Order: sequence, then C-alpha cells, then structure tokens
Amino acid sequence: MQLLYFAWVRERIGTGAETLDPPQAVRTVADLIDWLGGLSPGHAEAMREPAKLRAAIDQAFVPLDAELGHAKEVALFPPVTGG
Amino acid sequence: MINVSVQPAPIDLPAELAAVEIKGAGGIASFIGTVRGDGGVTELTLEHYPGMTEGALIGLAEEAFARWGLLGVTIVHRVGAMVPGDHIVFIATAAPHRKEALESCAYLIDRLKTDAPFWKQEKRGGEAAWVEAKASDGAAAERWT
Repeated sequence: MQLLYFAWVRERIGTGAETLDPPQAVRTVADLIDWLGGLSPGHAEAMREPAKLRAAIDQAFVPLDAELGHAKEVALFPPVTGG
Repeated sequence: MINVSVQPAPIDLPAELAAVEIKGAGGIASFIGTVRGDGGVTELTLEHYPGMTEGALIGLAEEAFARWGLLGVTIVHRVGAMVPGDHIVFIATAAPHRKEALESCAYLIDRLKTDAPFWKQEKRGGEAAWVEAKASDGAAAERWT
C-alpha cells in the first residue's frame, strides 16, 4: 500500500511517501492511523491526535472510519486550507 | 469549457480572463484570492496533493457547470512559495446571465476551500507555521448543499 503524507504529517514523519504492508487486522483508516503510530517516534508524533487528521483513499476524501478495502493509495493530512 | 490549472507560475490574469470570455455569455464573474500580509506574514507556501488536486478542481468545475448552466469555468491555483500581494487563486465563470455567473463563482471559492487538497504554511521572519482550517470555511461550503 502506498502511503502519502502532507503538511505537518509529512514533516513529523520525515517523508512524504512510503510503501507499507499493514497487517490484516488493519481494516479501517482509523486502524491504520493506530498502527502507523507504532512504527517510529516520528509516526507516533504525527498520529498522536487522530481527530486532527483527514484522509483520502485512492485520491477521494473519506471519513476515518472508512474501510481500506483494496486501497492502492492512502493519504493522511491535516484539514485542508487552500484558496 | 472547463479550464483547470495548478501551477507554481504567477497567474496571468489578463490572459485567463480573456480565455473565459465566451461567445454568448451575458455575464462573466471572477474572484481573485491574494496573499495577506497581516500578522507579519512574510511568505506563504502552498503544498498540494498532485493528481488529487486537479481531480477535485475539475469535479467542482463540472458540478458548477451543470448546476448553473454555465458556458465556461476557469480555476487557476498557485502552489509553492508566494509573498504578500501575490495572487493565489483565480476563478472565473461565464454564464448567459449575471446571477448564474456570480452565484457559481461564489460557490466555487467556498467549496474549493474545503474540498481541494491544499495546505498553507505561513512564515513570519524565520518562524514557519501551518495554517489551521477555519470553522467558518466549513459553514460557507455547507450553505450550498
């Protein structure tokens, strides 16, 4: 699974993209956030407050309780601030 | 006609406006967002999600096109480093009548703020800080549903 990170999520993790293979028990975006938090101190810092995170699966916004299904690309980021 | 661009280059306002002057349009509305220098901001950097950003903007343009029976929509959004006074975003809509042009233009900037994956980072002197989303932006986007 391709993981993409933006803004302070990217900064805290120290990379904007990585390919990971989460265990089968990781079914939703919220599960993924929980699992990622255990990977490194940077991941832990980025995933510390899930309420401040937003997500996209295969380039479409989803709520954090969304099932990952056969997602190829999952992105995690703070609420958007364009315009 | 839908024209969407996400670009590091400055927005060519006269060219973009000329391109949306479609034959048969009774009204063309436009919005320009600029970098504010309030609070001592010296630089603003826009990050985005390449691929998803363009898809989100095209989706919004298509929705507005159908909802207001538009003749043309242009959305140009800058990314990368900018300074106060720079133009961040340009939106223009062409319609048979002014009401459709004005309403759809307001709709597009309201929805762009909540539905397109951009992130702003402000620099004040040497200090960089990510801008937090405003609840009022969510409310502005909601009023169109």
